[in-house]
Amino acid sequence: MIEFFENTWTNLTNIFNAMLEGGPITLGVFLGYTFTILLGMSVGAWIVKRALLLATSGRRRHNLGLIPVTAYFGMLTIATYIFVAVFADILAPYPETDTSGGSFEMWSAQHILGTDNRGGDMLSRLIYGARNTVGLAFVITFLAFIIGGVLGLLAATLGGFLDQAMSRVVDVLMSIPPLIFSLLLLTIFGTSVLNLILVIAILDSTRVYRLARAVSMNVVVMDFVEAARLRGEGLWWVISREILPNITAPLIAEFGLRFCFVFLTISALSFLGLGLQPPTADWGSMVKENADLINYADPTPLLPALAIALLTVAVNFVVDWMLHRSSGLKD
Amino acid sequence: MPPVLRMILQRLGLGLLTLFVVSILISVAIELLPGDLAQQILGQTATPENLAAFRKEVGLDQDPVTRYFTWLGGAIQGDFGVSMASRRPIADLIANRLYNTLFLALYAAAIAVPLAVTLGLLAALYRNSLYDRAVNVFTLGSISTPEFFVAYILILWLVHGAGLFGVLSTIPTDATFGQQIEATTLPAITLTLVVTAHMMRMTRAAIINLLASPYIEMARLKGIPRYKVILRHALPNALAPIINVIAINLAYLITGVVIVEQVFTYPGLGGLMVDSVSKQDATVVQACCLIFASVYILLNLIADVLSIVTNPRLLHPK
Repeated sequence: MIEFFENTWTNLTNIFNAMLEGGPITLGVFLGYTFTILLGMSVGAWIVKRALLLATSGRRRHNLGLIPVTAYFGMLTIATYIFVAVFADILAPYPETDTSGGSFEMWSAQHILGTDNRGGDMLSRLIYGARNTVGLAFVITFLAFIIGGVLGLLAATLGGFLDQAMSRVVDVLMSIPPLIFSLLLLTIFGTSVLNLILVIAILDSTRVYRLARAVSMNVVVMDFVEAARLRGEGLWWVISREILPNITAPLIAEFGLRFCFVFLTISALSFLGLGLQPPTADWGSMVKENADLINYADPTPLLPALAIALLTVAVNFVVDWMLHRSSGLKD
Repeated sequence: MPPVLRMILQRLGLGLLTLFVVSILISVAIELLPGDLAQQILGQTATPENLAAFRKEVGLDQDPVTRYFTWLGGAIQGDFGVSMASRRPIADLIANRLYNTLFLALYAAAIAVPLAVTLGLLAALYRNSLYDRAVNVFTLGSISTPEFFVAYILILWLVHGAGLFGVLSTIPTDATFGQQIEATTLPAITLTLVVTAHMMRMTRAAIINLLASPYIEMARLKGIPRYKVILRHALPNALAPIINVIAINLAYLITGVVIVEQVFTYPGLGGLMVDSVSKQDATVVQACCLIFASVYILLNLIADVLSIVTNPRLLHPK
């Protein structure tokens, strides 16, 4: 038992030394960095919360205080990602398609996180990946929401044959596992970026359709909708003024969750070599391209996967808080 | 006819109908392939005679409806036609790989299901405890990470750190059961980690939902011991949600298998499917898709039937 603790302690000090002095990057050192970053972000979130509480007063201060630290952590992380994605050109030390380094170089002053299989700078490609992968996921989620949301609202408001027909089509589309189905569709239409966007957006819109239809079903039967209809308001008015404002909370939460799923799906497809292709920087394909390094016990290729995981966790934190708030639960 | 039986038959009928519609969908999808298939596969240099012979061999000369029923008839008997890329029978390509994939999935399920249900039950019973919070963090982290991340962390830790397994899951063709277990363990652990989190979270939610209902409180107030409340009152009603949770996650395994097989270069159906997608080998993709979709639909069907069968309100009709 004592020996175990001693071993753990020496391991930890070794990792700590390697982190400070730039020794070889082992799994322990990698996890050490990860842990340090997470700790930093958490402390940052806590400081932001305190600072906001100090700067405000009254009702606003009370409301800010109700937001859990995890939500601050999530929002801070998401803000960082957006910042990196927007200012990728300024932040990245090398251009996106630059391959001037040797392949698989170690972490050094020139290439802070080393180079990838084609000699590109790992850090720069990570930064550009934020723009490409996150941007792509956002576009797809947005598209899925437009398609699924509009159709779901129409089905709930109009009902009848249209509703039945669309719901049965969605049932069939949902009875095939989404990843498998997208593999089939990508085989047929080819693996271009446009096809990727359309295929995932349409497959994901089925889930949005289900939710949008279900929540607006509850609203459609309310008296004020009936009143608006009797008043002679048109379909567009009923949907946009009567129903939509009452279902935004669950839809926004769903947007966050959908974004995570889409993000993971794109990464999975890219990892399988069917998503974005090099030289476009993309986190999923970066893991695949550099996976050889793992066989030499170098965890560098896991950085993009870590970036994916961190963003997904952050979005989940924010969604949790929003769901909690909209459900009106007060612990 | 007792209501239980009627509901089960209804559900089975609906399941078969879904399966049929999905098979049509998959085959229509293949019809949509742009351009002349025979030309694409044989290349520009193929002579008209070669093209005609190939069309006859793959059945491209028949009309779509006949082709669909020939294909479906064959598929039910395990004959999926010929691969477009290698021109070998798909059944030969698939047989061994299907066995490997099923082996991996069952292995993972055998670890994951008891583990997840037990841990989820405990988390529900001791909710808001330190254990519950730790479980929550772990599951959230695990759900948010891509499967390949978990897989590579395990490789780095167990293969390179501890030296426990080999990196690649190559399986000799005449492998014994022991060898198969050894080669499959690391992929199975990865899948277990990925699926357990989902399953635990959902089991916990299902039980907590149930424990909040008035009749449980009633039982407690009557002074019935805690374990009896759980076993006699909660469990019969919790069975349906738990079965559903298990089925959904076993279905989720199907997606996970594709990626995990790729990481470990495990010779399974998922790997074959991904390879065929990049080779645009439509018939093989079609066959794999049909198999995966059927397993998915069947799992959901079994879950629905089981939750009907275990529903106490249906078993004791008034």
